[in-house]
Amino acid sequence: MTYLKNEILEILLEDSRTTPAQMAVMLGVSEKEIESAVSELEKDRVIVKYNTMIDRDKTDESLVEALIEVRVTPQRDRGFDEIARRIYRFPEVRSVYLMSGGYDLMVLTEGKTLKQVAFFVAEKLSTIEGVISTATHFVLKKYKDDGVVFDEESDNRLAVTP
Amino acid sequence: MSAEKWVNPVVKAVPPSGIRQFFDIVNEIEGAVSLGVGEPDFVTPWRMREAAIWSLEQGETHYTSNWGTPELRGAIAQYLRTRFALEYNPAREILVTIGASEGIDLALRTILRPGDEVLIPDPSYVSYAPCVMLAGGVPVGVRTGADEGFRMVPQAVRDALTPRSRAIILPYPNNPTGAVMERADLAALSEAVAEADLAVISDEIYGELTYTGDRHVSIAELPGMRERTILLSGFSKSFAMTGWRLGYACGPDEIMAAMVKIHQYTALCAPIMAQRAALEGLRFGLTDDFSEVASMRRSYNRRRRVIVEAFNKMGLPCFEPLGAFYAFPCIRPTGMTSQQFCETLLREQKLALVPGTAFGPSGEGFVRASYAYSMGVIQEAMARLRAFLADHGVAP
Repeated sequence: MTYLKNEILEILLEDSRTTPAQMAVMLGVSEKEIESAVSELEKDRVIVKYNTMIDRDKTDESLVEALIEVRVTPQRDRGFDEIARRIYRFPEVRSVYLMSGGYDLMVLTEGKTLKQVAFFVAEKLSTIEGVISTATHFVLKKYKDDGVVFDEESDNRLAVTP
Repeated sequence: MSAEKWVNPVVKAVPPSGIRQFFDIVNEIEGAVSLGVGEPDFVTPWRMREAAIWSLEQGETHYTSNWGTPELRGAIAQYLRTRFALEYNPAREILVTIGASEGIDLALRTILRPGDEVLIPDPSYVSYAPCVMLAGGVPVGVRTGADEGFRMVPQAVRDALTPRSRAIILPYPNNPTGAVMERADLAALSEAVAEADLAVISDEIYGELTYTGDRHVSIAELPGMRERTILLSGFSKSFAMTGWRLGYACGPDEIMAAMVKIHQYTALCAPIMAQRAALEGLRFGLTDDFSEVASMRRSYNRRRRVIVEAFNKMGLPCFEPLGAFYAFPCIRPTGMTSQQFCETLLREQKLALVPGTAFGPSGEGFVRASYAYSMGVIQEAMARLRAFLADHGVAP
């Protein structure tokens, strides 16, 4: 990938609302160059989506998140893909990763209540054919997510220094 | 009876810091936005802070060698070799100091005899002239201007020479102007320096922060310059370590042996925990091509382009600064002096910029704006400045 594209990704990762005009100034290139680089990134699905990071603890809506370790029996010819697909199609599943180590799939899921998540695991996830076992861990507090620390240190420099 | 009689007239003659005075005004204003700081907005990388914590836990609380720990000096030597093509012997030519600030003082006290003159670009960092005076020398300002991109040109240096000229201070990349001296500029200057047989004090604390596309070039790299140059640098700007107070001085062993004499009697050694943190930064940096420094530099570069374009668009001509993290726009279109401009701006829009005159008389007509701030703060500051200019009839 080009240097320009890497710079664009770095800026958008920091603030996805940065406009092409602003990026053009920051990077010392024309707005057209930015626009065409961004549309290539979008077309190639390097940029998949622009979304917003929310500190859920500060919203009224309660949300229960859980990380579930899933051990499965891989299927002939299709490995883990088929089971992973069956799992990630549930809307309450946010992420599914194939892992190395003591278990196979890591499933990140969310629900309105603890009960909702527990039901999902008991009734949907663990009954899928090929799933051997599950271990559910509820998230208690998020300190840092996707590189962002929620209680960020503030600027404590003196106002004017040489 | 006044105790003032005990104050040495030389100290009395040193003017108070213009920055300090301005700071006192800013501090009284609530809700002020400031582009007034001379330090990075990044916090020291965690890896380095963690190394210092570990060191304290291990009970490393003692003096180190006067020169600094051998490990750190070795890492500095390797760093200077890989980043700037400079060769210094870590055993005798590298001295770890309490910030580059101590290095300035040591270098001047080591080379100046009473009445010796020191050429200093004007405007530049606030410490040089007072430190020259305290070392018994005479500071001689060498005017630099926006026309030459605030670089030191050989003719201006030749014009300032007298039989008492002893040394020249070369602070590039420059605070407050953001000017750099590229290889060709240094080559031209080094001829004048050699002709006049001057010692060079090259303060390269911003050496990691250049935006020319090429790396910073030290004058010590040029033919015939190493033997007359004291290179000063440190970790404050490149590793965001201002509060740790850690720098280093490099030079020919005869000079360094003299400098370490003053250092051992006045400071003894730099703080050990700061040395441990810096060592971690250098060691890790050497393994990954200083990616953390590169990432800070990319971030500064973007803000630099944004702030320079904003000044020029709103009617304050700003030459392109290619180093450090300062822009130095011209405020003459407002008809105000630098001091008036900054005080009125602070009162009316609660925005703090530093008057160029805080860095020497040639700073008149300019203000220093630091872009070591988040993009949000910079945008807010520029909005306030635009409103201020509109109120005072300055059209873009």
